Amino acid sequence: MVKDQEFLKSKASYCLDLAKKMGATDASVTVGHSISETVNFRNKSLEASDRSDGLALSIETYLGKRRSSISSSNLLDENIKTLIEKCFETTKITPEDEFNSLPDKNLLAKQISSLNLYDETRFENDKKIKYLKDLEESASSDKQIINTESSFTENKSNFILANSDGFCDGYKTSSFAASCVTVAKDENSMERDYEFSSKRHLSDIKQATDLGNKAAKQTIRKLSPKKIGSEKISIIFDKRISKGMLSAFASAISASAIARGTSFLKDKIDQQVFANSINVIDKPDIIKGMGSQNFDSEGVNSNTLQLIENGILKNYLVDTYNGKKLNLKSNGRSGGTTNLYFEKGNISYEDIMKKNSRSLYITETIGHGSNLVTGDYSVGATGFLVEDGEFKYPVNEITIAGNFKDMFKNIILANDLEFEYSVNSPTMMIEGMTVAGK
Amino acid sequence: MSDFFNKSDLTRQDADQIVSETLNNCDDGELYLEESKSESILLDDNKIKSSNYSSDLGFGFRAISDEVVAYSYSNEISKDSLKNSSENLKSTLKSIKGTYNHEIPKSNKKFYEEINPIEQKTLDSKLEVLNKVNDFLRKKDGSVKQVTASFAGEQKSIEIIRSGGEALTDVRPLIRFNVSVMLEKNGRKETGVYGIGGRQSYDDYLKNDNWKNVCEEAFRIASVNLESKPAPAGEMKVVLGPGWPAILIHEAIGHGLEGDFNRKKTSAFHDLIGEKVASEGVTIVDDGTIDNRRGSLTIDDEGTPTERTVLIENGILKNFMQDRHNARLMNTRSTGSGRRENYRHIVLPRMRNTMMLSGNQTQDEMIKSVDKGIFAVSFGGGQVDITSGKFVFNCTEAYEINNGKIGSPIKGATLIGDGPSILKEVSMVGNDMMLDPGIGTCGKAGQGVPVGVAQPSILIDKMTVGGTKL
Repeated sequence: MVKDQEFLKSKASYCLDLAKKMGATDASVTVGHSISETVNFRNKSLEASDRSDGLALSIETYLGKRRSSISSSNLLDENIKTLIEKCFETTKITPEDEFNSLPDKNLLAKQISSLNLYDETRFENDKKIKYLKDLEESASSDKQIINTESSFTENKSNFILANSDGFCDGYKTSSFAASCVTVAKDENSMERDYEFSSKRHLSDIKQATDLGNKAAKQTIRKLSPKKIGSEKISIIFDKRISKGMLSAFASAISASAIARGTSFLKDKIDQQVFANSINVIDKPDIIKGMGSQNFDSEGVNSNTLQLIENGILKNYLVDTYNGKKLNLKSNGRSGGTTNLYFEKGNISYEDIMKKNSRSLYITETIGHGSNLVTGDYSVGATGFLVEDGEFKYPVNEITIAGNFKDMFKNIILANDLEFEYSVNSPTMMIEGMTVAGK
Repeated sequence: MSDFFNKSDLTRQDADQIVSETLNNCDDGELYLEESKSESILLDDNKIKSSNYSSDLGFGFRAISDEVVAYSYSNEISKDSLKNSSENLKSTLKSIKGTYNHEIPKSNKKFYEEINPIEQKTLDSKLEVLNKVNDFLRKKDGSVKQVTASFAGEQKSIEIIRSGGEALTDVRPLIRFNVSVMLEKNGRKETGVYGIGGRQSYDDYLKNDNWKNVCEEAFRIASVNLESKPAPAGEMKVVLGPGWPAILIHEAIGHGLEGDFNRKKTSAFHDLIGEKVASEGVTIVDDGTIDNRRGSLTIDDEGTPTERTVLIENGILKNFMQDRHNARLMNTRSTGSGRRENYRHIVLPRMRNTMMLSGNQTQDEMIKSVDKGIFAVSFGGGQVDITSGKFVFNCTEAYEINNGKIGSPIKGATLIGDGPSILKEVSMVGNDMMLDPGIGTCGKAGQGVPVGVAQPSILIDKMTVGGTKL
């Protein structure tokens, strides 16, 4: 069983009391406990089971404007005492930073509403095994599939965040995740693809057979890929790739990147950065949402934020420290976005596929090719050549490149948005990017 | 050396007994105890932004029978907690019986000293160096707009207890010093990053004001990039500089030669042992035994002493990298490549220091031989799709080559290639092998471990450069 609030609260207040007693002017502490159980399958038999049980503690101590932090997994009182002593000793010799402080008291979350983030259902390992058997049975039904690997993870967590201004709250969350990776082979090639489902509640997890079938289908269609020539072409990003554009955007508008001046979106508030049909929203209070939260990692209340309105940048993601630097109030985004999404577009998936007589549909990218200082983007990619709305043949060993500043202004979104993950996007088209191939 | 048995009700005799009783009917497994102490100090935007110290203690208990691995970890070292884990393992493996392999090779060679780098240097003196870095760079040139510098230090103590009570221990220091600088000139911004590190004390790296060299290098890379032009797009010849660009070898070849992917036949290399996979003159080794290197280990995380494993010899594929589990299932021996990020993770076969050895040509000869291509000097990260064999890496410093001469610097572009065929495209191997500066972290299955790479300059006849200029 995951430790209860009382246990975590007692550890948190022990830490705060101790820090105060040693002379800290302020302190904040997070105590968490998490239990995970994973079962792994390969080629229809059990491959591994893994149980983890972990406590985690992190403490920040302040002496005026001086601050330092420690973290540990060892929650024995004696160890905590040694660590807090060490932390406070470090604080004393760390230089002052005028922007260091606990969050503004008025901004702290006051009411915690239930977002239904915890499902107490226990999915026994035997049931996980049954699920994975069914999944791999359907994943391997085509004889071109030569290897299947799948896993089911169940996680239950609880945490308390407390600070010396009296904030003390936390809540339980759960997650269930099933995933499948399949390998297919023909005389020309060997290819891999995947499918997964991750939810707060067990009953929302995709059917085992659907997951297996989909993974297999997505893998088989990649067989015998071709390399295409280098050219400018319209690119259609599958949903699992288009949401990555949102993640890159979110990193570029974090208050820390803005304050440091290392973002291509610095000083762009109230300016057009996306096509004017685009709206981007970050909504923390979606019931059962994978990214939902009652407050951010500092305890600050988080409300829905419209980040992009009709293509115009309206807000950065602001935490206390960087907010002070920028003269902005925290908007409860210490720790980043919550449930981030593009509002859906007004063109269907079919129409996006047919918009150009020839386009490239991307299902996977590899590499870390996003430069958030310059906006330059260049990654390896695999996908399909699309002609007249149909997949013609699979494509690989190519790269796609552009600059976010131009790419964002050329985005066209389909109307197929679904809320599956903590970052969600409809299918996306960007015209005029460069493909490097042969 | 950590004493894992003085802090709880668990005695060594208890641990020995529980381990032996749990693993008695299994093919392999061990109790892995770990204590780590780490610090990170970051200067950013003219200030000490954070100083964090963390301590971590826990165990991971593993039992293996046939192809099934059962694993359980906890950060509470106690008799109850270990017994709980034991029950978990037994329930997973209840229907499978094995025969425990007690054999494990021994060696008394050590590749680093049992020091705690964090305690060897005061916090004050570390803060002083970071502030000096900031002042030095900001005074150096008006174009310097942002400086980030950091220290990271760690000491990790491990103890492996096997069935029958055999215990193996290791104490591993690791440090890293990193500088990143952003320049702005005529409305353009570019960054340059450089770092050094390994399994030694901070002072071994920072003697003789060596921190200045790190600053100069980061500044030089950023300055070059301020002048960069859009990179070309398409297939062309690529000259790689020596040292860190060997992450190409790591991504393109290394991962595909890890035992697990080959046992499962999901690697493009699985049926190529004894076959020619590279041009003549190409020899690649994975070596855990180089003194004080980031990827070196006295013993791996299963207790096997590390070694120098020949992967490719003169173009012919010789060996895969193995941990005990995959080695047993493939009827071979562990190469001391069993590694894990920490006690929370299972052991996987991983790289240590992966190196292409020197040939006898010069970098000059390579550049002169290229009509149109690029010269890549430094890289950011890379990634590989083991199954299709396609890999990428991102240039952070590269130049055009036109008619045998180095031309303008080009913007960061991704290079993409095919792992199984890329080494056959190597047409010249340089005489200038160099180790990387000690900054690599390899990710696999969500686990990061420190690694090293090395290579001489090489000429690759055909690779796709992912620029924007057609």
